[in-house]
Amino acid sequence: MSALVNAFTLLCVAAGIAFYAAGTLGLVRLSDTLSRIHALTKADNLGLALIVLGLLPQAASLLDGAKMVAVWLLAQLASGAVAQVMAEAVMAEAVMAEAVEVGVASAPGDGPT
Amino acid sequence: MSLLFDAALCLLLVAGALGVVTARGARRAVLAFIGYGLLLGLAWVRLDGLDVALTEIAIGSGISGVVLLRAVRAVPEAPRPGTRPLAALLSVGVAAALSVMVLALPEPAPTRAHDVAAALPATDLGNPVTGVLLVFRALDTLLEKVVLLLALVGVWALSRDPSWSGRPAPLSSEPASAPSAFLARVLAPVGLLVGLYLLWVGADAPGGAFQSGAVLAAMGLLLLMGGQIRPPRTSSPRLRLLLLAGPLGFLAVGFSGWATAGVFLGYPPGWEKPVIIAVEVAITISIAVTLCLIVLGPPSAEEGT
Repeated sequence: MSALVNAFTLLCVAAGIAFYAAGTLGLVRLSDTLSRIHALTKADNLGLALIVLGLLPQAASLLDGAKMVAVWLLAQLASGAVAQVMAEAVMAEAVMAEAVEVGVASAPGDGPT
Repeated sequence: MSLLFDAALCLLLVAGALGVVTARGARRAVLAFIGYGLLLGLAWVRLDGLDVALTEIAIGSGISGVVLLRAVRAVPEAPRPGTRPLAALLSVGVAAALSVMVLALPEPAPTRAHDVAAALPATDLGNPVTGVLLVFRALDTLLEKVVLLLALVGVWALSRDPSWSGRPAPLSSEPASAPSAFLARVLAPVGLLVGLYLLWVGADAPGGAFQSGAVLAAMGLLLLMGGQIRPPRTSSPRLRLLLLAGPLGFLAVGFSGWATAGVFLGYPPGWEKPVIIAVEVAITISIAVTLCLIVLGPPSAEEGT
């Protein structure tokens, strides 16, 4: 039984690490900021989920397991929201740059939301 | 296996440090510094210094990182000629001196750990780090709080005369974007709970006033960025009371130590634990508010706006 559980853990954690690696690859290799944010958040969330899932059977107590799930949920919330915030900043910057190029705007304003 | 991990961590630390000093532009250097702080926290975990690891990540990397990021925008892009070589010389000098001192340490290194372990039961605390900070070296901790307050005064002193005692500039455009408002509303209550837990658990496990204060300050900044609260007027008496609660409360306990225990910063016999917790609560409040205000920067808006 414990061999089976360990195999499950190894499989899940290895898959999680693979997703992390893929996300990092995307961060390094992709060209524009939006794709990089997308690759990083999506892949890292899945990677963390798989690692937590794999470690759950190894948790010493129910409380430890609950803490790990809480860490995953909080990380997901934070990375998802931060990705949105960063994407909005990127879009606002792009719109601003375009406006300056055309000559409509000259100074940074509030930026569209 | 763990040797492999430690070796990789050491190499990463050196690479991270090099990344900070060789980064092009101050902004990149600050970002590299934040990453370096996280690695340093991991190193402290490997050394079993969980209290230090928490502080390093929360304050050394987190809060200091935000302060530096904001400061970068205010300094000129290119430093004055001669600054870089001078800074390099100074850094190498400090690093060399530290290395010599570490290598010159006698084997085994002098330690008071046994004295702490022997005297800890009298304080009713389970975490020796909290024991050292709040009891055996309480004077250092008290002075640390005063230094933090002086740092804030230094930040406030950067304001222009008309805006002195006004509000610091808001952290986000107004109104705040929907995702940051959402994050602030959902994460802040959880973070508040985590901060209070860190404070409470600090008596017996890694955690304590500084880590808790940093988490609470981060939650305050999150609420500010999400547009849920406004930066306070720096002249507000309530705000200044919160800033002073820690140092003054600690000082009051220190002076009453003469009456109750016969020595400055002594705790009343039999009441050590409750008084220590009360002091920790007071300094946590002050640390949280001070760190938050240091990040916010000098007041910039006029009084009454």
